[in-house]
Amino acid sequence: MSAHAGGYNADPRIRWIEFLPWIVAIAAFFALPEYLSLGARILIYILYALSLDLIVGYAGIITLGQSAYFGLGAYAAGILAAKAGFHDPFVQLAAAAAAGAVLGLATGAIILRTKALTLLMLTLAITSVLLEIANKATSLTGGADGLAGVIVDPIFGLFKFDIFGKTAYLYCLLELFLGWWLVRKMIYSPFGTSLTGVRENSLRMHAIGAPVYWRLVLVYTLSATIAGVAGGLITQTNQFVGLNVLSFESAGELLVMLILGGVGRIYGAFVGPVVYLIAQDLLAKQFPEYWYFGIGTMLVLVVMFARGGILGIIDRVVLRLWRKP
Amino acid sequence: MSAAALETRGLCKTFGALTVADDINFSLETGARHALIGPNGAGKTTFVNMLTGVLPPSSGRIVLGGEDITDMGQAKRVKRGLGRTFQINALFRRLSVLDNVALAVAERCGVARRMLRAASAHADVRDESMELLATLGLAEDASHRILDLPYGKQRLVEIAIALGLKPRVLLLDEPAAGVPSLESHRILEVLDKLPEHIAILIIEHDMDLVFRFAKRITVLVQGEVLVEGPPEEIAHDRRVHQVYLGEQRHV
Repeated sequence: MSAHAGGYNADPRIRWIEFLPWIVAIAAFFALPEYLSLGARILIYILYALSLDLIVGYAGIITLGQSAYFGLGAYAAGILAAKAGFHDPFVQLAAAAAAGAVLGLATGAIILRTKALTLLMLTLAITSVLLEIANKATSLTGGADGLAGVIVDPIFGLFKFDIFGKTAYLYCLLELFLGWWLVRKMIYSPFGTSLTGVRENSLRMHAIGAPVYWRLVLVYTLSATIAGVAGGLITQTNQFVGLNVLSFESAGELLVMLILGGVGRIYGAFVGPVVYLIAQDLLAKQFPEYWYFGIGTMLVLVVMFARGGILGIIDRVVLRLWRKP
Repeated sequence: MSAAALETRGLCKTFGALTVADDINFSLETGARHALIGPNGAGKTTFVNMLTGVLPPSSGRIVLGGEDITDMGQAKRVKRGLGRTFQINALFRRLSVLDNVALAVAERCGVARRMLRAASAHADVRDESMELLATLGLAEDASHRILDLPYGKQRLVEIAIALGLKPRVLLLDEPAAGVPSLESHRILEVLDKLPEHIAILIIEHDMDLVFRFAKRITVLVQGEVLVEGPPEEIAHDRRVHQVYLGEQRHV
């Protein structure tokens, strides 16, 4: 499962190995019915990580503020459901997407004029501002107590969100599939190739006449839209929104998941959240006080010994086996 | 004499008290083979950076094909036919040679912003890029990454990218810099074959290359035009000998 990069000579057809995540996801649905809530959470985080990979891995925009769009999406869906009486799941999701998109465009247009550390600080600032607004606007968001009373109607009027999380799991899987399809298509497109060009050498992209700034604003907005949808999904599956969706920790955690899986390869966004969230679940049960120690150790090992994340390791192992007949 | 493809009028650039371009009036004719020479620090690269829009001039105007482009951004100038290469390789190092050129071709054709069809489905972009690589003798390297390419060939890719923009005016900033002299004839071969209608301004320290390629030479010293004329005149100009060539070169 090598790095997925577009380009004018790249074959965009789906390889057999790319069916693997979907087969695993469907197998998990039947084989692990007691873990479907965790499963849905993982699927949402994969979508969320995918949105991050698009800007970090492909366009080279470094950010610690992706939770701003995720969190706003979560609140948009939540407020619509709990305060405005819109209970249709797709309307809520559309609102989450739109909220992410609008904020992505508005903030992207400002911060993408900067680079490197300044950019990183600005992304952090946006998240912090939003967190404080959510904290203070208690009548809308419930503040530190969170927003309860989120009602989600059955999907298509047929499939009710059940306590075992069956509906939520399949619903999230469907949304993830759509998100993956879109991101993959974009990466293999001329637009995606030009993003790689910006990441590799933005000076040269200017010199060949590319509107670099607008390309970045566009991809940032798209990424924020996807993050917004992921936020909407977390609201719908939890039927509750807490302040933590907007926290810096959430954005940092996401970046850790992506690095763990492998940056700039699409499927790193799949592997990272799976490993991270399952490790978190297991470690938190085994060692409730020390589980962060385990996560930290894992990250240190990956960063020190496995550049390219878990998928990078797999790449190297496969390459070695391939060379030895 | 045909109309100027690119012209500057009273172009100045100062950084505080330092003047790096002083009232430069320069004209590049259509289809010209023009060289800009001068000792290190003469302001040649600053001049190119002003022409391409990387640096804003302190005063003066820049006119491309009759249109004032002084206040235009880089991208717009490129769209109007102003291409350049870089002194130091500014390639997409981890991308393939083909993609390096295709990125430029795609920008020119307006394909680069498309999102829904795969890049490889745009056969026109790929074919044009391959053709361009073939004319520069790089066809066999198309799938190699820039990183894995010898330096001389990287310089050729620089030129290929600029040609992918189908420029009317091409600025070559030291195309042979860092290339071993044995390979620099290869660069000259390529330059000689460039389409005649393109007006070319070359900035180069390799005097053999300059005198073999250019039909006209401008000498820049401390931000000012010292003298301009055909190569034979420049080669015999005493002032040029004093400030630039020393007394070593006798043509």
